[in-house]
Amino acid sequence: MATILIRGGRLIDPRQRLDRVGDLLIRDGAVAGIDAASRAVDRTIDARGKIVCPGFIDLHVSLRDPGDEEDETTNTGTAAALAGGFTSIACLPDTSPAIDNRAAAEFVILQAARARNCHVYPLGAVTKELKGQELAEIGQLVDGGAVGFTDAKQSIANSEIMRRALEYTRMFDRAIFGHPEVAELSHNGVMHEGFISTLLGLRGIPSAAETIMVGRDLALAEITEGRLHLMTISARGSVEQIRRAKREGVGVTCSVTPHHIALDDASLRTFDAAFKVSPPLRTQQHIDALIQGLQDGTIDAISSDHQPYTMEKKRNEIDLAPFGMTGLETLLPICIQSLIAPGHLTWLELIEKLSSAPARILGLKQTGSLETGMVADVTLIDPDVEWTIDPEKFFSRGRNTPFAGWMVKGRVETTIVSGEVRFDRGKLVRGEAAGV
Amino acid sequence: MSAAIRTETTWTRKHILGLEDLSADEITTILDRAAEFKRQALAGEPKSELLKGRVIANLFFEPSTRTRTSFALAAKRLSADTVDFSASGSSLSKGETFIDTARNIEAMGVDQMVIRHGTPGAPHLLSRYLSTSILNAGDGTHEHPTQALLDIFTIRQHKGRLKGLTVTLVGDILHSRVARSNIWGLTKLGARVIVCGPSTLIPREIKRLGVEISYDLDAVLPESDCVNLLRVQFERQRSAFFPSIREYAHLFGMNSERAARGKDGMLILAPGPINRGVELTTEVADGKQSVILDQVTNGLLVRMACLSLLDQARDAPR
Repeated sequence: MATILIRGGRLIDPRQRLDRVGDLLIRDGAVAGIDAASRAVDRTIDARGKIVCPGFIDLHVSLRDPGDEEDETTNTGTAAALAGGFTSIACLPDTSPAIDNRAAAEFVILQAARARNCHVYPLGAVTKELKGQELAEIGQLVDGGAVGFTDAKQSIANSEIMRRALEYTRMFDRAIFGHPEVAELSHNGVMHEGFISTLLGLRGIPSAAETIMVGRDLALAEITEGRLHLMTISARGSVEQIRRAKREGVGVTCSVTPHHIALDDASLRTFDAAFKVSPPLRTQQHIDALIQGLQDGTIDAISSDHQPYTMEKKRNEIDLAPFGMTGLETLLPICIQSLIAPGHLTWLELIEKLSSAPARILGLKQTGSLETGMVADVTLIDPDVEWTIDPEKFFSRGRNTPFAGWMVKGRVETTIVSGEVRFDRGKLVRGEAAGV
Repeated sequence: MSAAIRTETTWTRKHILGLEDLSADEITTILDRAAEFKRQALAGEPKSELLKGRVIANLFFEPSTRTRTSFALAAKRLSADTVDFSASGSSLSKGETFIDTARNIEAMGVDQMVIRHGTPGAPHLLSRYLSTSILNAGDGTHEHPTQALLDIFTIRQHKGRLKGLTVTLVGDILHSRVARSNIWGLTKLGARVIVCGPSTLIPREIKRLGVEISYDLDAVLPESDCVNLLRVQFERQRSAFFPSIREYAHLFGMNSERAARGKDGMLILAPGPINRGVELTTEVADGKQSVILDQVTNGLLVRMACLSLLDQARDAPR
């Protein structure tokens, strides 16, 4: 394997509280050290003016493979991940069939090995066929490589099942990834319930649909001492409850998406289903609470919640179109625009939420940091380059983004996975050139 | 003859998607145009040749009898050719999106499209993909501009003005496109609007549109110059918003007693189709305060006005 020297970049590693200019040496697929001397270097990357940081890790991405390959495949989804600076992604089990058994989990890993883009970690189903009725064979799924458990975008309505799931996964030290939503309150809703939904006559989803379930899940995490991760929180009340629970020592972590910070419910005035996401885009007071939660550490991580769909599914009547937007390839510039540029987060804080925090939540010990000996998963960012988001240029099959045409700043330049350059200046890198 | 209609009236808007978008002047222009058609009809010339040679497509993605018939007749009165398309349920079930369906019909050489759809914003979405003029004939629970225009036209016909009048909209405000369009139109023309109905069917945020909220019909009747009794939309309700129809009629149904309690000369409107015995009793529906049939007649005039004005802007960019 090649020895790579990344020279003169701004090295940011949250785990080491490091933010300074230096050289990063990669040897045999691992980090060999910072400012370390090496006699034989196969390749030198000039990183002056660039940020060099641990590869991003996405906590929940839908790859749609198997079953909905018209929306995305492991191949296209992981290519999109590389283009977005992600070296690892955890994928949701809401495929058809669902990832609710060991063979299915192993299929995910096999598909990822075939694609040879980024690392892929399956999240297993909590219940068989994601039906919320019976526990899936969680132990077998762990053996098959599942790093966490979730019924994806379905909330586990039965509190008894949720309780048992939190208890049972303790044995394996895996978290339950919850999508907090009371289905009776969100039923048929397409957007946040408030003034704008009243104006548009669109069925609203009240923030209480989320906060009630957050409250239940926190109470269950407390009595079970299980590990709970709440995905994609969007409401002020959720942040407040999680903040209090953390103070009381409950084993909870949570994440947000960039679009819940960059966009609000007024976007729905276009009636464009590109803005239809679950949970829905909310109002400024909720956005302010999310930003505060990110700043004080209540919100641990940022995830793309990548939900690719073909345009014929998405370009439809808003009540028929599915929830979700693609996110892997737009996450970084949207985070820069809505968190770095206004001064809400420092670069070190942002990168923590994209690397070391998700690594901790997923229990990944060998990635998420630039410490010597770690797997060399590294992302290089050009923080100043200006560009226009063009979905036609996405690696993802999903073109369903509301950010098309946005002028943004900052882009991933190079993505290195296990010491191999897999993505460089807009292109996937294969074989010899990757330094294999 | 059509020469009686003053087509030099300024109209530049390509689509009529809702009264939220229209200015007070534009609304008045439509009402005045409808009044001209009325004068012509009274003079024994109900038919005009203003839209001769034009093609109007009526796309109804949701069942409708009255609005559909009214639009069809309005087009005929203007001498336009019409194409009708109706689909029950989603066109998606046939593997085609509704945008594809509309594009196909547009490709047949259509000048204007009248669209009724069960989803809010469907006509707005189409207006971004099509180059023809689009007239919203009701989009889900969002807007129904021509219905509100005919309600307002009827009020103006009987009261001579809108400014300073108090109009009370009664019933299911939450699910009513008629209510939303009426609120925009009435407030823009200077009327005071009260929305009155069960608290489960009045979204509290509606206040921000400049209307007053009441849950007590008997209390607001003495202040009301007009009441508009919205249909209880049983088909749009997913769960119990009120305990029973009987209780609804007891609290909000218009009967002779309540009709008599109104302000002197109080008009009773209902966009229909009415559920007799629920929103109003038969006596009231057929009584002397009721202008329900005037509304139907005026609907035709208002739709002729909209179609003829949109034709003036047919070459405007989307």
